[in-house]
Amino acid sequence: MDQRYIRNLGALTEAECALLREKTVLVAGCGGLGGYLIEMLLRLGVGEIRAADGDRFEASNLNRQLLSAPGVLGRSKAEVAAERAAAVNPDVRFVAAPEFVTEANAGQLIRGCDAVLDALDNIASRRMLAKACSDARIPMIHGAICGWSAQAAIILPGDGMLDWIYPEGAALKSKASLSFTPPFCAALQTALCVRLLTGREVEAGKLYIADLLDMEMESLF
Amino acid sequence: MIEVRFFATLREGRGKISEIPAEEVSSAGDILRRFDIPTEEVSILLINGFHSKPEDAVKDGDIISLFPPVGGG
Repeated sequence: MDQRYIRNLGALTEAECALLREKTVLVAGCGGLGGYLIEMLLRLGVGEIRAADGDRFEASNLNRQLLSAPGVLGRSKAEVAAERAAAVNPDVRFVAAPEFVTEANAGQLIRGCDAVLDALDNIASRRMLAKACSDARIPMIHGAICGWSAQAAIILPGDGMLDWIYPEGAALKSKASLSFTPPFCAALQTALCVRLLTGREVEAGKLYIADLLDMEMESLF
Repeated sequence: MIEVRFFATLREGRGKISEIPAEEVSSAGDILRRFDIPTEEVSILLINGFHSKPEDAVKDGDIISLFPPVGGG
């Protein structure tokens, strides 16, 4: 076995590591959540990672986005992600799409994926992506943050889970986010993703909500 | 009494748990108004652990849980 994955063993079997090498995922968004998701998936050795984001880095990203740094301000988030991927794990096929995920391109971006990771930053885009995933029968691993809070869930095709997570009219009040909330949420999503991709038991339909201010974790059906 | 449990940012200025006399409210929406919470600032509303809507009735002994939308990335 490749030495780079040797410390995966014991937590994952060799067969599970090999299985991850055969999987394809899309990370939708390369900002706070996306940067950490890409990092974790690269180091796990997922076979192909697609990363989509039409945005460019700006100074307000620096407090929390892993891929942001003063030297990359103004550059495409997806292209910076591709450079990180080449530096961290060149064995992973990395496809950078420097475009926002829209109704028009979602079908093509998710085609052939085993899972789609939601690293988007607004409710409308999440609804659109969830519908595209549902139509294509691909599980979506939802993640979202706000301030000290993070939430994650596996959304299976057709289960309508996003409808109760974000009922009609729900509006985001704050854009606050701290340095530790995105990696915490991304870790929850990646753990769910690994369980899903390796065929382990998953509790789909369950929303995990963490409050890092009061150190509480809830799980809701 | 009806127990109201607040989560995340909804705790600001309200604490974690509050109780209100059952006779003073008839629906979950009444509770939101009582605590000055706009409907769009609640994404998940549970009555005794079940997903519910502001128009749903509440009664003595109920536990109401309120979660705000979390949607950043």
